[in-house]
Amino acid sequence: MSGTSKATIQFSFDGVALTAVEGQSIGAALIAAGHRSWRTTRINGAPRGIFCGIGICFDCLVTVNGRPSRRACLIDVQPGDVVVTQEGAGHADLAG
Amino acid sequence: MAASTDVVIIGAGVVGAACAFYCSKAGLDVTIVERGPIGGGTTASCEGNILLSDKEPGPELDLALLSSRLWTEIAEEIGAHRLEYQRKGGVVVATSESTATALRGFAAHQRHAGIESVDLSLDDLIELEPNVTRAAAGGAFYPQDSQIQPMLATAQIIRHVRRTGARVITGTSVTGFARGRDGAITAVRTDSTTQPTIPARWVINAAGTWAGQIADMAGAPIPVLPRRGFILVTEPLPEVVHHKVYTAEYVANVASSDAGLETSVVVEGTRAGSVLIGASRERVGFDRTMSLPVVRKLAAQAVEVFPFLADVTLLRTYLGFRPYCPDHLPVIGNDPRAPGLIQATGHEGAGIGLSAGTGLLISQIIIGASTAIDLQPFRPHRFEEVAAR
Repeated sequence: MSGTSKATIQFSFDGVALTAVEGQSIGAALIAAGHRSWRTTRINGAPRGIFCGIGICFDCLVTVNGRPSRRACLIDVQPGDVVVTQEGAGHADLAG
Repeated sequence: MAASTDVVIIGAGVVGAACAFYCSKAGLDVTIVERGPIGGGTTASCEGNILLSDKEPGPELDLALLSSRLWTEIAEEIGAHRLEYQRKGGVVVATSESTATALRGFAAHQRHAGIESVDLSLDDLIELEPNVTRAAAGGAFYPQDSQIQPMLATAQIIRHVRRTGARVITGTSVTGFARGRDGAITAVRTDSTTQPTIPARWVINAAGTWAGQIADMAGAPIPVLPRRGFILVTEPLPEVVHHKVYTAEYVANVASSDAGLETSVVVEGTRAGSVLIGASRERVGFDRTMSLPVVRKLAAQAVEVFPFLADVTLLRTYLGFRPYCPDHLPVIGNDPRAPGLIQATGHEGAGIGLSAGTGLLISQIIIGASTAIDLQPFRPHRFEEVAAR
């Protein structure tokens, strides 16, 4: 890139330390790190990642800092973010 | 000129579908005429409740008990899974000791009229609904309360009657009626170029919140008005709410005539995973404007009953117009002001639940059988009698 240097941010995905560029979405940072999926579907447990990439399809949902169903394509990575794969609806703690 | 039919049903909502189901069963030739799509009016903007728990002894309860029984039969005949029919039971939560006492009295009163219920301590309540607020004082369980997916169920019932020979004409508005020399209705006129006139022996007005316009065309006005209700939809969740759960205040609001905003929360899970949060009640005409204060109030009340909802995301809201009459009773029966016209509307927020019984009763009227319950309280011309007094 031409001269403008953006800060590097540390975050984690499923317990592994990763880096992102400031202003990069979680989805973009995960793809840059070689991940294609970070959620499983509710009924069949199929893998899901970025689909539309613009906040419409709700396919790229992920759990960020304990909160499930965040759209990875819309949220910028913040320093220290704890991102984990979301299983189904991501509210397993509420079942019962 | 379309072929003659025994019965034209105006409206392909849940009430029209139930009328078609029972008229077809009675051997009648049925044609449904619908202005929009199937199940596209109030049927598409409600919660699918089949409730007994909110009813007081009286004519509406008689109709609700009949309907509740008939819905189990319809579910058996068409397939419960096809309708997403679930006899999940209702749980009423009392938020204070005084409300709990009043609820116990109300439930006892209802038991005498045939509504099954069990009083719940806080421990019982938590066993049925583990996520409920610990601030509750108790409640009541109503095992007969049920749920369907209203659009799906309506479409399935209409598909079922089509297979048995019924015709369905969508995207076609009724524009008037042809009358015989004796004043009886002989045909329905429509805006369709291919079927501008449909001769029929009977016409059923099942146009829901818009039934007043049809009734006016027939010279048999009925005071059906819209009552607006918002419903909130959460993100999909695991099974976190097991029954239809609402606060005891809901019962007071259902019977109210207050024009102002009333909210009393009803919370239920769906097969798709979303939790539905209803239901506000406002008399504001056909105003489709989004109202943030109403949505906020419903959300806050839902969080009081289920604190975990505070951390759950809402995906969207929707609203619908419930058809109500001044005395809060439906309008069901022959209309003597327009012989051949049978009215079937005014079910307010209980149209899904009450539709099955309405359909059966109307088929009984047409074939001249004795009706399953007394129709006198629902007679269409009752409002004129009041005015003449």
